Amino acid sequence: MAHAITVTVNGSTHRHEVEPRLLLVYYLREVLGLTGTHIGCDTTSCGACTIIMNGQAVKSCTLLAVQADGTQMLTVEGLAQNGALHPIQEGFWEEHGLQCGFCTPGMMLAAVQLLARNPNPTDDEIRHGLDGNLCRCTGYQHIVNSVKHAARTLADQRMPAIPTPRAAGAKTR
Amino acid sequence: MIPAPFEYHRASSVTEALQLLTTLPEAKLLAGGHSLLPMMKLRLVSPTHVVDLGRIEALRFIRRDGQVVVAGALATHWMVESSDVVRGAVPLLAETAAKIGDVQVRNAGTIGGSLAHADPAADYPAAILALDAQMVAQSPRGRRTIPAGEFFTGLFSTALASDEILVEVRIPVPSGATGSAYLKFAHPASGFAVVGVAAVITVDAQGRCAGAGVGPAAYRPARVEAQLKGAALDDKTVGAAAEHAAEGVNVNEDLFASAEYRAHLARVFTKRAVLAAAQRAR
Repeated sequence: MAHAITVTVNGSTHRHEVEPRLLLVYYLREVLGLTGTHIGCDTTSCGACTIIMNGQAVKSCTLLAVQADGTQMLTVEGLAQNGALHPIQEGFWEEHGLQCGFCTPGMMLAAVQLLARNPNPTDDEIRHGLDGNLCRCTGYQHIVNSVKHAARTLADQRMPAIPTPRAAGAKTR
Repeated sequence: MIPAPFEYHRASSVTEALQLLTTLPEAKLLAGGHSLLPMMKLRLVSPTHVVDLGRIEALRFIRRDGQVVVAGALATHWMVESSDVVRGAVPLLAETAAKIGDVQVRNAGTIGGSLAHADPAADYPAAILALDAQMVAQSPRGRRTIPAGEFFTGLFSTALASDEILVEVRIPVPSGATGSAYLKFAHPASGFAVVGVAAVITVDAQGRCAGAGVGPAAYRPARVEAQLKGAALDDKTVGAAAEHAAEGVNVNEDLFASAEYRAHLARVFTKRAVLAAAQRAR
């Protein structure tokens, strides 16, 4: 039996009837068309499917879409605000934080979770905070540098690490 | 990987969950889903009914109740890891929670879900045994308390009856000069404990230790504890006691670690955990 869910993703509210066994990552990718959230290992290991749900980074391959009913979610598509890259995106750009790019959306969302809890992390703390995300290109040092870059920008601009996107066309005030 | 089809039921209270469990005795309980969903995706389990406890906010808390820290079954590993109450009163539990999986897993997984699932490679059971905690189970007959020592009955098996829900974990606050440690040899890919050892030791060498990952269920090595009681907790004495860490255990064996290697790790990590706890007791 299908269940009705209402979710807010990147500031837009969606209502759908979903089968209970539909995994959240498939809901995001195939129902909402938000393919920036990647499916890597599909076994809770690689972190490519990481999103922010109610302010907390989670692996969307290990949640049911029905569990997300009523939540606020942020995917990689919601990081940039008004056409301006989020500092974590800028960091990955400036510090060469990606090679093939497959792990990048998950890495960035795990990174903003880390920066929300610890705005000025050490290298060790960054590596620990990104423990749930694998980069098969093994470009970890550049990723650490990218997160530090983002930490500096967020501090300079006094921005919250996790943005609260508004729906396109919605009133900004 | 997609789970087999099932009927989904969301409980808004423990009472409602118990009612659903009575009418649907085959139902599986879903909390954070980080044990159940991976198994459903692999089709190791294919329940026809799933009862979601995730919205029972009354079970999502951590508080101090006199000399007891009480964690609601839905407290996430992150809540346990970051709780000032836990860090102050029972630091072993926070230390253990912080070593589970990764950040995302700790944001979603719950203490009740992990304990009720009783994975032999889970981290909490060792800490729960070493802390001599009490599990509170609720059924239509009311509430009862199960001591940690009686809770883990075997591989993925607990003392919970089929109509019971684990609702709370009650952890006594150790008194006096007590030190504790949880040391773990993590599987490099999965993060699960190949071997994990928790120890709680007082300054006068009274205490408990417990191992996870070693056998089908977490356990307390009786001979290690007996030999440590009142002893000088130096390298030699602790090392000699830790030699008995895997005694009487039907040691697990898998692709990653032979039984012999695991038993060796149990001895090494028992020694290290006891010494670390003793050091912190000073």
